[in-house]
Amino acid sequence: MTAIDLNLTKQDADKLFQRKRLIGFSIPALIFAYLVYIFFAFDVPGLAGRANLDNAVTLASDSWSHKVHVTRDNRSGEISYAVEGERKGLYPDGQRPDWVSGDSVVTIDLGGDHIVRYLPDNRTEVEVPGFPLIEVQAVGRTLTSNLPADLPDWISASNRRIAITTPEGRVTLTGARSEVFNYFPGWELFWFTLDSPYHGQSLGKILLGPRLDPDRSNIGGAVSDWWNNKMWRHKDVAWAIGETILMAFLGTMGAAILALPLAFLAAKRFSPVMLVRAGTRRIFDFVRGVDALIWTVVLARAFGPGPLTGALAILITDTGTFGKIFSEALENVDQKQIEGVSSTGAKPLQRYRFGVIPQVVPVLLAQILYFLESNTRSATIIGAITGGGIGLMLTQAIQTQKDWEEVAYYISLIVVMVMFMDWLSGWLRSKLIGRKD
Amino acid sequence: MAEISASGAPQSVAGIQSSYLAQVQRRRFYGGLTLLIFVILMVSGFNIADDRNAGGFWEGLHQIGDYPADVLSEAWEKRADLPGLIAKYVPALVETINIAAVSTLIGVAGGIFLSLLGTRGLARWPRLIPLFRRISDIMRAVPEIVIALVLIFVLGGGPVPAMIAIAIHTAGALGKMFSEVAENADLKPVEGLASTGATWSQRMLLGVLPQVAPNYISYSLLRFEINIRASAILGFVGAGGIGYELRNAMAWGPGRFDEAAAIFILLFGTIVFFDQVSSRYRNRLTEGQGQ
Repeated sequence: MTAIDLNLTKQDADKLFQRKRLIGFSIPALIFAYLVYIFFAFDVPGLAGRANLDNAVTLASDSWSHKVHVTRDNRSGEISYAVEGERKGLYPDGQRPDWVSGDSVVTIDLGGDHIVRYLPDNRTEVEVPGFPLIEVQAVGRTLTSNLPADLPDWISASNRRIAITTPEGRVTLTGARSEVFNYFPGWELFWFTLDSPYHGQSLGKILLGPRLDPDRSNIGGAVSDWWNNKMWRHKDVAWAIGETILMAFLGTMGAAILALPLAFLAAKRFSPVMLVRAGTRRIFDFVRGVDALIWTVVLARAFGPGPLTGALAILITDTGTFGKIFSEALENVDQKQIEGVSSTGAKPLQRYRFGVIPQVVPVLLAQILYFLESNTRSATIIGAITGGGIGLMLTQAIQTQKDWEEVAYYISLIVVMVMFMDWLSGWLRSKLIGRKD
Repeated sequence: MAEISASGAPQSVAGIQSSYLAQVQRRRFYGGLTLLIFVILMVSGFNIADDRNAGGFWEGLHQIGDYPADVLSEAWEKRADLPGLIAKYVPALVETINIAAVSTLIGVAGGIFLSLLGTRGLARWPRLIPLFRRISDIMRAVPEIVIALVLIFVLGGGPVPAMIAIAIHTAGALGKMFSEVAENADLKPVEGLASTGATWSQRMLLGVLPQVAPNYISYSLLRFEINIRASAILGFVGAGGIGYELRNAMAWGPGRFDEAAAIFILLFGTIVFFDQVSSRYRNRLTEGQGQ
């Protein structure tokens, strides 16, 4: 008997081990097979064809550097200087960067002995070390140049357009315009635009020096010029971040206020009528299931784009989530405290206020604060769809496909904003609940 | 206190009562003040949001049902086409779910590494714990849409940018949750394995992961639910899947509302389905652990 028992046990154990081994191998195999399927379903091999590495290079270099355009209009012969080639970054009349000199012959020193000269009669000379002097003449819409037939890969030339790319800068010549781009590290005009008297002044001079603008005090003027900077729009950015946080705050708190009474209706202990309970729960499931995306779309039709729409979308979705969490917390309250309160003759409302609420408040607060932080992220995303807040500014900056320094700025601001809200919600939690986790 | 104990018993009761009442009053005052500040913040916040919105709240409130009503009535008129339309958008839905699933898988793998490397007592390089924690903080803080939009510019539209974006965020978010679980793991199996000469990866694989697996799976399922929503939203900004189809259907406007309705139904059904399945499974996991 015992020998048979042992045999049976051993067989069972063997079977168990076999099953475990099978599971141990089949789960990784399944995951691997799924990943292989995804590899082809997502067309990863074709990714190399679709990816645009030039875009990546532009993105990487533009996000930390800027360029100054020196443009000659070949029809009028006028030369303009502009940061990033934007009207907002135009140098005022009579001013130009200090690496440009000369009057009839304008010499642009790109650094590293790379020199471009704009000569009269729409002639251009480009000096690159280790390469013969390049001379180009623009007549009407055509270009004639002394470039040899076989060109190095940093020059592309036709009789309509010549482009020269050097490590120091770029030159683009067409019949209508001659353009030179000179690259510099750093974000351009971050503090003041060129038309501000404070541009290029040191901090000490602004704080302590004599008035730069006779009409305004230095500090007030500097702050106002910075705040109204047309290039970086600090004022709009601050408003946008405010809007995003506002959306998260209004949505989370509004949802909590709405969800608390509804949660009582959905909790078995406080709502004896089955129909009411089931109905409330289905409402929670419905608003949660519809998802913030659809709510945003629907609400944007009624209220138009803006922060209120985003706040309402968060509010409606989170009412469902909070309702579910709150009602689960309410199911788990300790009956003894309620009995204690009711033994003093408390009415139902007082029983809830003194017997139930103190028990659930820590749970609810922890959830609300956690959602406040996570909704800051959602508000950024919803803002990009519905048109409000920093999310919208970011998508707009990305869609222009050239203001990558602004994109980098907004991304860092978003990260700082979310981390700040994370810290704030953790701090509030430890202050209000007295527990740090 | 000394004053009270020096005086007679009746006075001490009165003293206690008055000090209790004063305390209650102070508490009520602070509570009322907090409530007042909160109400002011809510009301003024609402007014600011209302001002900066394109349409006002009160003007829009009665229109809130218009769009759903339009969509529903048109879908009802063309209800015969609806099953066909739903079938038409199933591939897009599968893509959305695939994005969520793959990014959850990759994110879980990343999260496990970040959590093990960032937990005291388990870390491979204890000096680098703060580094790995900061990495997971930053990965968590970047909203998916930021990475997705930048990657769409570089890699072109399609599911891959969305997948990478969601995976990065998932790894950061799970890294934090996983490391909270791993902190409570029993270290004895790890020590036992170390005494047999097991390498770090063997100690983690055989000593820690079996302990934390139920919690890890439960968190991963929750993340999968969240990621389905996220991948639908990212589709809306150009990353393929059902969100992209929804935006196209909406851009067509009236006349194509039946397509929008079909997508709404699919998306709603999917979210509710995965919600239910994952919450049932998660309940079983956490209950099983208690036994």
